[in-house]
Amino acid sequence: MSAVPSPDPTVPPSRSWTVRLRERGVTALPPEKLLPDGQPTYVASWIYVFGVASIASLIVIIGSGTILALKGPAWWHYTGVGHFFNSIHLWSVELFFFVMVIHLWGKYWMAAWRGGRGRVWVTGAITFLVAVPCALTGYVSQQNFDSQWISTQAKDAMNATGIGSFFNVTNFGQMYSYHILLLPVAVVALVIAHVLLIRRHGVVPPITLSQRIGSSTASTAPSGDGGPGEQSTSTQATS
Amino acid sequence: MLSASHGALLGAVFNLNHPAHTVDWEFIHLSVANVVVIVLMVVVFALAILLPFPGAARRAQARKAAAGAVGVGGTAAKGGGPTIRTDGGPQ
Repeated sequence: MSAVPSPDPTVPPSRSWTVRLRERGVTALPPEKLLPDGQPTYVASWIYVFGVASIASLIVIIGSGTILALKGPAWWHYTGVGHFFNSIHLWSVELFFFVMVIHLWGKYWMAAWRGGRGRVWVTGAITFLVAVPCALTGYVSQQNFDSQWISTQAKDAMNATGIGSFFNVTNFGQMYSYHILLLPVAVVALVIAHVLLIRRHGVVPPITLSQRIGSSTASTAPSGDGGPGEQSTSTQATS
Repeated sequence: MLSASHGALLGAVFNLNHPAHTVDWEFIHLSVANVVVIVLMVVVFALAILLPFPGAARRAQARKAAAGAVGVGGTAAKGGGPTIRTDGGPQ
């Protein structure tokens, strides 16, 4: 289903890049898919909650981290409010990884790359991998004995892999730049791409549901593509 | 900021003035704190699969009623099967 009307053959196609970009965007992700007002019934399960929980904790991370970046290390070390926001930032990161790992387990065991969702899975997996150095650079940017201990321990590991001269964990300026700009931008961009791809392909259905669709409507609906046939069968699968 | 008395109280509950307790098995070397977090994740993962989602029974009844109205396996909604409304409308 697409919101884009059929092109009029009498009108020559626009050469404007903005028009072509808009038409490609709307064709790939029409408004009713981008901002839907409903989800398939199989989404009514706790295991589908952890993706949005990851995004919620990421928003708290970005918000508290922005305040910490504005105020600086002296504030987060020596004032009560600074301690509070430092703790909010730390515990939202802990929660982010906690729920993201459960989200990863859930999607792995339901083979969430089915039905042409390979890019959804890959962007999610890369987000997890990029989030790990994002957290590491935060731990070594604390400006206390804890960060000194972590950075000297990590330095040995980085040197052993050969990237110690490019990624110097004992260099506060470099680590801080990575932590508050480069890696967060990468994580947020990947999360946006991940969510847009989910909107485009739909939430992955349970494996049993895909198998049932494959056996009953093999000639009309591809398995696990989130199409109409899949949604109608979800009545039987979840009741 | 925590007062000295509050700090002493928390220090009594969480005594961190010692090397971390670890779990060692062959080459696996984990702090007890990390083991606790991993176990918690496994427990939450299992609960997420096993626990019913709020409103599941009500939605199942509504679907059965809709299926009875249009025939088993039929589609009750335009453009596909039943969906969960996310705009606060009737389920």
